[in-house]
Amino acid sequence: MAEIKKLETAKLMKKVMADHFYEIDAAVKSGNPKVAWCTSVGPAELLRALGFVVYFPENHAAILGASRAANDCIPAANAIGYSPEICSYLTSDIGAYLKGFTPLSKIYDGIESIPKPDVLVYNTNQCRDVKDWFEWYAREWKVPCFGIESFVNVGAVTKDHVDSIAAQMRKLAADITAATGSKMDEDLLKDTVRLSRKCSDLWKDVLEIAANKPSPLTFFDGTIHMGPAVCLRGTQVAVDYYETLLKELRGWVAQGVAAVAGERHRIYWEGMPIWGKLRENAQLFLGLQTCLVASTYCNSWIFTALDPDDPWNSMARAYTELFIVRDDDFKEDYYRRMLDIFDFDGIIFHDAKTCPNNSNCRYGLPQRFSKETGIPFITIDGDLNDLRCYSEEQAITKIEAFIEQLDG
Amino acid sequence: MVEMKPLFVGIDIGSTTAKAVIIDAEGVIIAQAIQRSGYDFAAVSESVLAEALESAGSKRDRVAAVTSTGYGRRNVEFADFQRTEILCHAKGVHHYFPEPVTVVDIGGQDNKIIHLGAQGERLNFTMNRKCAAGTGAFIEEIAYRLDLKLEDLNGMAEASATEVAIGSFCTVFSCTEILGMARRGTPIGGIIKGVFRSVVKRVSEMDALDGKVVMTGGVVAHNPIVRVMLGEALGCEVGVPPHPQVIGALGAALIAGELSVDPV
Ligand code: SF4
Repeated sequence: MAEIKKLETAKLMKKVMADHFYEIDAAVKSGNPKVAWCTSVGPAELLRALGFVVYFPENHAAILGASRAANDCIPAANAIGYSPEICSYLTSDIGAYLKGFTPLSKIYDGIESIPKPDVLVYNTNQCRDVKDWFEWYAREWKVPCFGIESFVNVGAVTKDHVDSIAAQMRKLAADITAATGSKMDEDLLKDTVRLSRKCSDLWKDVLEIAANKPSPLTFFDGTIHMGPAVCLRGTQVAVDYYETLLKELRGWVAQGVAAVAGERHRIYWEGMPIWGKLRENAQLFLGLQTCLVASTYCNSWIFTALDPDDPWNSMARAYTELFIVRDDDFKEDYYRRMLDIFDFDGIIFHDAKTCPNNSNCRYGLPQRFSKETGIPFITIDGDLNDLRCYSEEQAITKIEAFIEQLDG
Repeated sequence: MVEMKPLFVGIDIGSTTAKAVIIDAEGVIIAQAIQRSGYDFAAVSESVLAEALESAGSKRDRVAAVTSTGYGRRNVEFADFQRTEILCHAKGVHHYFPEPVTVVDIGGQDNKIIHLGAQGERLNFTMNRKCAAGTGAFIEEIAYRLDLKLEDLNGMAEASATEVAIGSFCTVFSCTEILGMARRGTPIGGIIKGVFRSVVKRVSEMDALDGKVVMTGGVVAHNPIVRVMLGEALGCEVGVPPHPQVIGALGAALIAGELSVDPV
């Protein structure tokens, strides 16, 4: 069996993520600095400039999924009225809390629980579920919860959109100050936005290195190495991390190293990862000599609009410009741009049962794109965390049949 | 001494039935066999091949190559090649219909729709989602609940002048719905006809069925009424190849023949 190639930088990643969790844990235990929870594409820069250390529960939920603990936790949340049909990040995370469980204490000695925050801050740009999720903890812990109510299904991002979200962001900062006493440092905000933009640019370079043939990077690598872009954007640590990773990847390209030995096909993955099956799926594609070269999912932490000289408006724009916020015309055009960059042979759409927001195969988009470009596609039924919604045998057969189809 | 010509075998281990087809080098079917898959796929692959060889009056040593397919394809230890059921069905159908067609396969536990080009190339395909509604398993479940023999269903539906509409997507809900109808005294033939109609509806919802449509699988093999119903739904004649239940196994055998000449 072919072996999954490991990047050396993965070791550094372990340290970076450990430092991240220990920093938050220490802050909770000492009461300083204050801790904020933030959604994965929420206003992290703003929270850092208010002096918070920032924790991302979606990252925790993904760890629950990847370690397959999610399936023991989800039923506990279902039982208190959170349906098996809604976001399984939410149900995994709340279920784990109800069971008094966190994988963090297994991985990191001395961390006993998820961090109780001083404030919970969401942005509904990705979905409404994050708001419900954070509000549950707000009630449980009697902690203030604020958010940005985003636009959805946006075509072109206009000045009106930006003005509205920027105004919400300013009000959000004021509300957080009123609730917690933490004050906005405008210079720190500029610097954080600068670092976040730097992180975003580097992360984009990392992902686009997969345009090389053969690609040194797969979607599966991306889901692992995106940790700092999600949890540490706006810090120097994340910038340093991606500089190191990029250097290693460029070295691989120079040596002609392929992530998938004998790469025969290149595929675009559209949708959430199936966290509990990452390794199996990575192995499956390796065996099929097929590289998943790019994904909307990993691209979600690219925020090219961020501009340190205009932090508020640029944050408003960056968090509204995201793929998940946009309408189908934008999405179709986006795939076309990805096709130009990555030159893939097919698309796999993951229809995640509990996340309609990241399942872009429910309104005819795959069919339209395929008709326009001739790029074939398949849809895999599954889920991000709830493996009860995933039929592995059927998925494998579909994927193998798709590759046979590409073989001609 | 007469030289024995080589034979090629396709073994299709589906979730419900295991099929073996033996062909000669010209692609002519020499023998076939169908058995219940059971739980021991390795054992059934041996026994279904043994049965087919016996009906061919032939011995194992004449078999030049074997391709396995279907849900249990990895359990066929003696297979030289493994291919998915999508490819094998495409191959089998193209053998009889060498033209662009849309294949509708209703199997024991899953359905597939495969669009084929003029050369038999797969343009795209869909498989049903995780639910058994609209598959052979759905029909079996209904027969079991109503205590009817599977082989009687087609005749009952054909003889019925009435037909009820089954509203639910879900097998469990449909069963409840149907038992309710039976309790209220709805004629059973009309219910069964409605069950077949619902199978046809489920499969028609999976994908656009355009151009010439060809049906395969065990359900159409045993219940020709579904072919008529799909034809009514599409407003055109639906094709069915000979031996529709073993089309996947035939495709696998054809692939065995091709690959042993020109291994890829
Ligand atoms: S975008 Fe999907 S996976 Fe993410 S929090 Fe919302 S519903 Fe859950």
